[in-house]
Amino acid sequence: MSTTTTRGLARPAPAKSSGTRPRRGLRGNSTFNFWLFTGPFLIGLLIFVYVPIGWSIWLSFFEARFTVTPDKFIGFDNYRQMLGNGNFTGSLLTFTVFAAIIVPTTWALSLGLALMVNRLRFMRAFFRSVFFLPTACSYVAASLIWKMSIFNGVRFGLANTVLGWFGVENIAWLANPDPPWYWLVIVTARLWLQSGFYMILFLAALQNIPDELYEAAAIDGAKPGWQTFRYITLPQLRATSTAVILLLLIAAYQAFDEFFNLLSKTTWGRPPLVELYYTALGDSQDYGAGSAGAVILTLLICAVTLLQGKIMGFGRGDESK
Amino acid sequence: MSAFSKSNWDRRSVLRAAMGLAAAGGLAACGSNNGRGGGASGDALVQYFHAYGEAGTEQAIKKYAAAYDKANVTTQWITGSNFESKLFASLLTDNAPDLFEFHPQIQLVTSGQVLDLTDIVEPVKDDFNQADIQSHTVDGKIYGVRMIDDPQFFFYRPSLFEKAGVEVPQTLDELIEVAAKLTTDKVKGVYLGNTLQAVIRPMIWAAGADTLDENNRIAYHTDGVVEGLKKMRKLFTSGDLLLDAPADYWDPSALNQGLTAIQFCGMWAMPAMQQTLGDDLGVFPFPQVTDAGKPSVYNGGWSMFVNAKSDKADEAKEYVKWLWIDQKEYQEDWALSYGFHVPPRTSIAESADKLKSGLPAEGVKLFTDYGHFDNIGWTQAMIKATEDVFADCVRKDGDPEAALDKCDKAVNTELKKLFG
Repeated sequence: MSTTTTRGLARPAPAKSSGTRPRRGLRGNSTFNFWLFTGPFLIGLLIFVYVPIGWSIWLSFFEARFTVTPDKFIGFDNYRQMLGNGNFTGSLLTFTVFAAIIVPTTWALSLGLALMVNRLRFMRAFFRSVFFLPTACSYVAASLIWKMSIFNGVRFGLANTVLGWFGVENIAWLANPDPPWYWLVIVTARLWLQSGFYMILFLAALQNIPDELYEAAAIDGAKPGWQTFRYITLPQLRATSTAVILLLLIAAYQAFDEFFNLLSKTTWGRPPLVELYYTALGDSQDYGAGSAGAVILTLLICAVTLLQGKIMGFGRGDESK
Repeated sequence: MSAFSKSNWDRRSVLRAAMGLAAAGGLAACGSNNGRGGGASGDALVQYFHAYGEAGTEQAIKKYAAAYDKANVTTQWITGSNFESKLFASLLTDNAPDLFEFHPQIQLVTSGQVLDLTDIVEPVKDDFNQADIQSHTVDGKIYGVRMIDDPQFFFYRPSLFEKAGVEVPQTLDELIEVAAKLTTDKVKGVYLGNTLQAVIRPMIWAAGADTLDENNRIAYHTDGVVEGLKKMRKLFTSGDLLLDAPADYWDPSALNQGLTAIQFCGMWAMPAMQQTLGDDLGVFPFPQVTDAGKPSVYNGGWSMFVNAKSDKADEAKEYVKWLWIDQKEYQEDWALSYGFHVPPRTSIAESADKLKSGLPAEGVKLFTDYGHFDNIGWTQAMIKATEDVFADCVRKDGDPEAALDKCDKAVNTELKKLFG
């Protein structure tokens, strides 16, 4: 804005004379434009991502309890504490189990929903919206509904009422970890919340498969149903499937809300983010140990990402295909 | 705002005025959510309270604050179950409350978080329950003003006991048997809360042990406690324990709604229970776990602390003195008009007619006979470590010795940091 004013004051009217040669003001400068457009994001990135990461690395070498500006350097003690802490290493296992369950089930369910909705001849828009709607619900709200009304342990909980018709005893879904019913609660909540979104992705991909392929397959004698699905639909969905699986993995890694809200005072069922929350921000307020855990986690993610790039060929560009 | 004084507004000044207004509006919007209300005059103080469950409590706290004329005190009423986390996290920031309620814990003193309140408590020290003074004292200095004492024990329904033909249990073994006999297809025998954390300390005391000894060393790792943990595991897996109820132990709902025949709860819920159940209500302490142990009651409660790092610490202290030392009427109202709490001031306790007869009097008797007060050296990190013990070997089928060893490690780390 200021540039406009300055120029306006300096050269009020004689715009005619300068019309002949191209203006090389700040506006025409591509370097300036680059910084103008990327600057705000870079500043945001710097302040909200890189400074906290740096601060966290710094904190991880200090005795930082009840403070984020510590002064007692303790070397690698925090790292030793976190790696020797069964809860933290256990949380990595919890995450692996969670990802191993939630990624394939959501993939299968959303693909199944997409196939069904895609086949509908009437009310397609209605069903598409109905399955997509839960995506708009917050994880916290859904967790509370799951905890308080569907899976509460008393006789009038929805799940226990249904089981009661078959003479099954009331089950404490969340308080008792043996058998681990809490996984059922967590997985169903997340399935309900996220399947609709991935269904839309699959639906879009399904509609992109050219009809000619199906016709050609039919002429070649492929039976409709499983054979067509296995040899035409599924291979055509490969790109979308890969993207969906990646997105699901990232979402699983970020899991926090439902674990935090459904399970309390446990030593189990805590993915890394929940565990780190309790270490750094919970009752003990140990920012040093929490930061050490976060750094370990960051290194692990970097390692996994690099490995994934090696295997799946990300970042190598098109020539690799 | 020159724009308003002139009759002929030009475009520029109107724009300038509009932008000024927008900026002011933006600033006001930012300010509206930080808990510091309008703040037109005087000092603005912010206090944190956890959400009490009883009707009228929030209004009462705000009413007391409004009656104070030297500062504008706003209240943040923190709902949800993790008051500690929210309090601790906010204390690190610029938006920290100037005063807050909490339990006496020494790490707040050693980290310089709470202000020494000796000079306001000292003149009325003799009027306080001496156990409350002791639990707030470090090296001769008093760091908090007790507002209420909250004894926690079992509530039960005598009519259901009669129907099942059982007596009030005297030992943990008897409690397990009684729970089994009371359980029907509609009603569970006993409710200890969904996470069992409320009975950890009572169980330790009833097993003849303690959290820490007088030299601040671990005192909970005994054979009696191991035995108690095994019994608790037996109760947990018996099917007679109510689990995953919609409301936790501190809420009277489970007993009031007929989900359980016995519930571990606190004195605060007594009026609400009496209102629903009438005379069909009795109380008993946590029964003894071993022969060496005695029945126990946890005398919890809440105290006011002043944030020493606040730039209005002196004003906050002045407010604490005004309300929680001088205004006895409000103190009595707070202890008796909503939930029932035992007033820590002897003079108020003596005139508290509501606690003099019937069931409230029995509750007060449990408080005096079997009560254990807070130990200021027993901090949140240690409380969490013992919660992990219950998670590992009561809710999960872990080995009690191993769970206690793990707990020892955490508690010793903490003790070393606090006491060297």
